[in-house]
Amino acid sequence: MSDAILYGLCGAVLVGLGLFGLIVHPQPLRKILAFNLIGGGVFLLFGVVARRGAAAGFGGDPVPHALIITGIVVAFAATALAIALLLRLFRETGRTTLGSDG
Amino acid sequence: MAFDTGVAVLVLGVAVWTIAARDTFAAVVGFVAYGLLLALVWVRLAAPDVALTEAAIGSGVTGGLMLGASTRLRRTDTPAVGEKPGAVLRLAAAVLCALVSAGLAAIVLLFPEPAPTLAPPAAANLEVTGLGNPVTAVLMAYRAIDTLLETVVLLLALVGIWSLAPDGIWGGFPGPRHKADSEGVLTFVAQLLVPVGILVGIYIFWVGSVAPGGEFQGATILAAMWILTMMAGQVDAPPVSQRWLRLLLIAGPAVFLAIGLAGFAMVGAFLAYPVDYAKVLIVTIEIPVTLSIAATLALLVAGPPERAPK
Repeated sequence: MSDAILYGLCGAVLVGLGLFGLIVHPQPLRKILAFNLIGGGVFLLFGVVARRGAAAGFGGDPVPHALIITGIVVAFAATALAIALLLRLFRETGRTTLGSDG
Repeated sequence: MAFDTGVAVLVLGVAVWTIAARDTFAAVVGFVAYGLLLALVWVRLAAPDVALTEAAIGSGVTGGLMLGASTRLRRTDTPAVGEKPGAVLRLAAAVLCALVSAGLAAIVLLFPEPAPTLAPPAAANLEVTGLGNPVTAVLMAYRAIDTLLETVVLLLALVGIWSLAPDGIWGGFPGPRHKADSEGVLTFVAQLLVPVGILVGIYIFWVGSVAPGGEFQGATILAAMWILTMMAGQVDAPPVSQRWLRLLLIAGPAVFLAIGLAGFAMVGAFLAYPVDYAKVLIVTIEIPVTLSIAATLALLVAGPPERAPK
């Protein structure tokens, strides 16, 4: 088994772990955290695809690398917006529950 | 192989900790470690550009943002009764997630041979762009439209955050005013580290055309230095209604778009560069884009306005 495949399997498990956290944690901040964990796993899977595409003297395919960089930055922007929404909810209601009834 | 197995086990261990930790603050600390370990994985996967981005943004800035939020939300750390899912739901979720992981693992093991790759065409056209780093060539030339849209997405996220300000505070100062403590460690670090950090940020940006680095990594370091001076109370965050600030934020996307449109006149396609001027035009775009991204990232961390404008 090559190193790339090893990290690919690692990425697959990370996605499952993050998904589990996203479902079972009631606190929204923990859900955001778990979602970022999934993101890390997905990027890793894509990174393994890039590594396997090593050719022309490059250690990996540069096109997926550039897309992953874009993805990391966009994931940060979305996380910042989610946290700002959460803090505003807390300021308005004093709670952060996602339940429907007050 | 042994080293890689160890790193993979560490990544998984920290990930389990991030999900299982009882305390949110401890989980966030686990997430920061997770990001740093992932950066190591990226180095092992021969992707140093991604490693820099992961360490700076994925671990550093995201971690800082979450640490701040977890401190503010500490009071809500214990979920209300009835919010915690029951054993049956947890078991069902575990089975579902194991199936998802198994499916992805099967895909990894069944990857096609030979692996599809765009590396040869990327290498063949590298000389035309005048750049030495293929990842920068993808970001600024082959797939420049992705990068243009990304700078716009960052701005949209910032507009979203600013619009969460209460009516009376609209256009005011983001976040709380941090008090300067002239004897404090943070002040010392801010005074010592910031000049060096700005230099490193500019270097990482500049070297990106020929070696690992680039505008996103450099901009994140510049943003971190601004955040540090704000946290140490050396400077206050500017009110978000300031005109110079707005101009700084849109300078990058505006120059990018203008040169992209000029591509119609020069070569006949959007975001196409004439061969002789490719490098010059790319750097002309990168400088304002780096400054705009740095300002946007710092203000995304600073959050919505919390104090009324003077």
